[in-house]
Amino acid sequence: MGRHPKKEELSTHIISALVLNNPGVLQRIAGLFSRRGYNISSITVGTTEIPNMARMTIVVKGDDKILEQVVKQLNKLIEVIKVSDLDVNKCVKRELCLIKIHTPDESSKSQVIQYTNVFRGKIVDLSQESLTVEITGRSDKINAFIDLVRTFGIKEVARTGLTALMRGPKVLKSKKS
Amino acid sequence: MRGAEALIKALEYEGVKVIFGYPGGALLPFYDALYDSDLIHILTRHEQGAAHAADGYARASGKVGVCVGTSGPGATNLVTGVATAYADSSPIIAITGQVPTRLIGNDAFQEIDALGIFMPIVKHNFQIRSSKDIPTTVRAAFEIAKTGRPGPVHIDLPKDVQEEEFDIEENPIPAKIDLPGYKPTIKGHPKQIKMAVNAIMTAERPVIIAGGGVNIANATEELLKLAELCSIPVCTTLMGKGSFPEEHPLSLGMVGMHGTKPANYAVSECDLLIAIGCRFSDRITGDVSSFAPYAKIIHIDIDPAEIGKNVDVDIPIVGDAKVVMRDIISHLLKMYRESGRELSSEGRREWLEYLESLKRSNIPKMDYDDVPIKPQRIVKELMDVIEELKLKDRSIITTDVGQNQMWMAHYFKVHLPRTFLSSGGLGTMGFGLPSAIGAKIAKPDSKVICVTGDGGLMMNIQELGTIADYGIPVVVCVFDNRTLGMVYQWQNLFYGRRQCNVNFGESPDFVKVAKGYGIEAQRVTDPNDIKDVLKEALLSDEPYLIDFAIDPAEGLPMVPPGGKLKNIIDPVRERPRERIPCFQEIKRKLLGDSKDRSIPQESLQDLNSPVEKEMY
Repeated sequence: MGRHPKKEELSTHIISALVLNNPGVLQRIAGLFSRRGYNISSITVGTTEIPNMARMTIVVKGDDKILEQVVKQLNKLIEVIKVSDLDVNKCVKRELCLIKIHTPDESSKSQVIQYTNVFRGKIVDLSQESLTVEITGRSDKINAFIDLVRTFGIKEVARTGLTALMRGPKVLKSKKS
Repeated sequence: MRGAEALIKALEYEGVKVIFGYPGGALLPFYDALYDSDLIHILTRHEQGAAHAADGYARASGKVGVCVGTSGPGATNLVTGVATAYADSSPIIAITGQVPTRLIGNDAFQEIDALGIFMPIVKHNFQIRSSKDIPTTVRAAFEIAKTGRPGPVHIDLPKDVQEEEFDIEENPIPAKIDLPGYKPTIKGHPKQIKMAVNAIMTAERPVIIAGGGVNIANATEELLKLAELCSIPVCTTLMGKGSFPEEHPLSLGMVGMHGTKPANYAVSECDLLIAIGCRFSDRITGDVSSFAPYAKIIHIDIDPAEIGKNVDVDIPIVGDAKVVMRDIISHLLKMYRESGRELSSEGRREWLEYLESLKRSNIPKMDYDDVPIKPQRIVKELMDVIEELKLKDRSIITTDVGQNQMWMAHYFKVHLPRTFLSSGGLGTMGFGLPSAIGAKIAKPDSKVICVTGDGGLMMNIQELGTIADYGIPVVVCVFDNRTLGMVYQWQNLFYGRRQCNVNFGESPDFVKVAKGYGIEAQRVTDPNDIKDVLKEALLSDEPYLIDFAIDPAEGLPMVPPGGKLKNIIDPVRERPRERIPCFQEIKRKLLGDSKDRSIPQESLQDLNSPVEKEMY
C-alpha cells in the first residue's frame, strides 16, 4: 500500500482567484507558483464588481497533486478571498489578441480583411504597410488565425492570456470556508 | 501623534512588554519614541539574535515575540531568524525600518526590498505607507501571527511614516479586526470526528504521533487524556517534544530519522496512526512509500494545506488540536457509557506488551565513563541534576542544530510543553544561544539551559555579550568536539568517509572567550566532574558557560535519508582525520609556485598603444 501521492499526468488548469487589490499581491501569488516549481502559462488581472478586489485568472500546466497543494497554499494567503480550480469544460474562456500584419498592397489587405471577418475579428488600425487586427475568443481560435495570416508576415503579436468565468449562475464570491 | 509613538502604543495594546532589537538610521524615530515608553528593549549584538530571541520568547510563553531591525542590512540580518520561526510556526512580529517613502525605489542608502524578501518566509507582511494605518495594521499583524497556524508577520515601516503626525482619535486601535480572506478553521468536522472515533474504537495496534501543533495548541492535557483513555502509545516529533510526558509508560520517545527504536517500530507496524499537529516532514517519514504501511491514518491539523501534502491520509480533520481532541474524547466517553464496552481488546493488549518489551530491551546506555566524555553521559547528568535540584517544573532547554540537538532530542526526557525549544523545520545553527535569551525573558523564574555545539555557538557567539551585559542567567552547555558532527557523520556514512571541511581546529578557547565577556566559565574533561559543574552553574544566578570536551567520534543511530523507519543504522565511530591547510599552502595553490610576481610587460605595452593615446 503506497503512501506516496501518485505522479499524475500533466494537465492544463485554469485557476480563478478573487484577491484584495493591494500592492504586491501579484508578486505574492506568482511567488507561490514559482516556489513550488510551477510555471504560469498566463496570468490576467483586473478589477471586479467589488471595490478593492481584483480577479486573477491563472493558467498553469502540471501535476494535479502539486496543483492541489498550490491551490491550498493560495487559499492560505491573507489577501486571497477565494480560489477555484475551474472545470475546463464548464467555463467561458476568452482571450484577446492584437496582430500587426505586413500588408504592403491592396490585395493582401483585402485578403486579411476577409479572413478577419470570417474569424469575427476587427480591424483596429491601418497603415500603408500594415493592418492591425483584434481577435477575441478561445485560444485555439486565435492560434488558428495567427497560423492563417503567417504567410503575409506577422510584424507583432500581443496576447492577453486567458480569462475565464464559470458557466451558469454560480459565482466565486463567498468567504473562504 | 507621531507614527512611531502610535506603533509603541499599538504594541502595548497587544500586551507586549519586551522587544528585541538593534537600532539604525531608518529606525531613529522609533527609538526616539522608545525613550519615553515603558517597553523593555533588549539590545542584541546582531539582528539575527534579536529574531531568534523573539522566537524563543514566543515558544516559551505562547505569546507573540517582537523583534526590530533597521532597513537594508538590518532587515536581511533578521531573515534567518524569521524563516526559522516560519518553519516552526512560531508567532513573531518582525518590524523593519525602511527608507523614507520618497526614496523607496531609488536604491537609497540602506534600502532593500524588505517586503519582497520577507514575502516567502512570513505568514503575511505589510508595508505601512501612512501613519494613520499603523493602529489597524499592527492589530491585524498580531491577529494573523497568533491565530490559526501561528507564524511570523513582518511590518516594513518607512522612516517618514514613523515621523508623520496623525490623529489617533480618528484612527483608533480597533478592538476587532475583519480580514475577509482569513478565517482559520478551529472546530473539526463532526462527520470526520465520528469516523476517527470509530477507527480508534476498532483499532488493535494504534499509535499517536504528536507534533509541534499539540504544543502550540496547548493541548497536552487533552493528549494525555486521549492516550490514557484508550491506552494508545504516543511518540512525538522533534517539535512535539514536551507535548506528552516522556516518563509516562505510554511514551515511546521521538520518531523519525533519529527516533527511538520503539517509536519507529510502532509507526511501522501500527494499524491506526493518529497524527496530531504534525506535517509528516521527510525527517519523520523517511521513505513515504513504506511509511506506516499497514495503517489507516487520521491526520488532525489546523492547516488544510498540510493534509495530503506529504502522505495520503484516510481521515483528515482540519481544526485546532485542542478543540478536535476534546470532541473526540467526549465522543469516546459517550460511546463507552452507552455500550459499556471495555476498550482494550486482546489485540491491543498484545500490542502494548510488544512495545513495552521493545522499550525494555532498548534502554540506551548513558553512563559512560570514557574520556573524552561521551555526550550521552552529559545528557544523563543534566537530567539527574535537574531532578536533584527540583528544577523539573521550571527548567527550559534550548538546543542548537546538529548532533547536540539530536542527542538531546533522543536521550533527554521532557515532560512539560514549551520547555524544549529547538529549530526543527529550518534547522538553523546559531538558534540555541539567542533563543535561550528569549526564553529566559519570557520565563524569568525558570532555569534556562542552552545546549549547543561548538559550531552552533560560534554562529551567534556575539550574543554572549547580550547575556553578559544584561546579566541574563543562561547556562550554556557546549558539546565541544571541534567538529561539524552531523555533517561529519553523514560524510562517514554516505560519502565513503571523505571528510571534507568538518574540522574546526583549536580556536577559540571558549572559556577564555566567555571570560572575555565577563561570563563565568569552566572546561570539563573528566566525566566525574560533570555533575558538580552543572550544579554550580545552575545554582549560580548568573550567566555561565560550560565547555564539555566530548568525543568527536561519537555519533547517533539514524535512519538513512529516504530509508525505511525500521532500518536504523549505527554511526561510524571514528576520530576525524581531516587536516586543516595553512594559509601558506593556500597561497601557493592560488598563485602557483612561480617566484615572479611582477606585472607582465605586454600588459604595460597595451596601455601605451596609439589607440589609447588618442582616446585621452
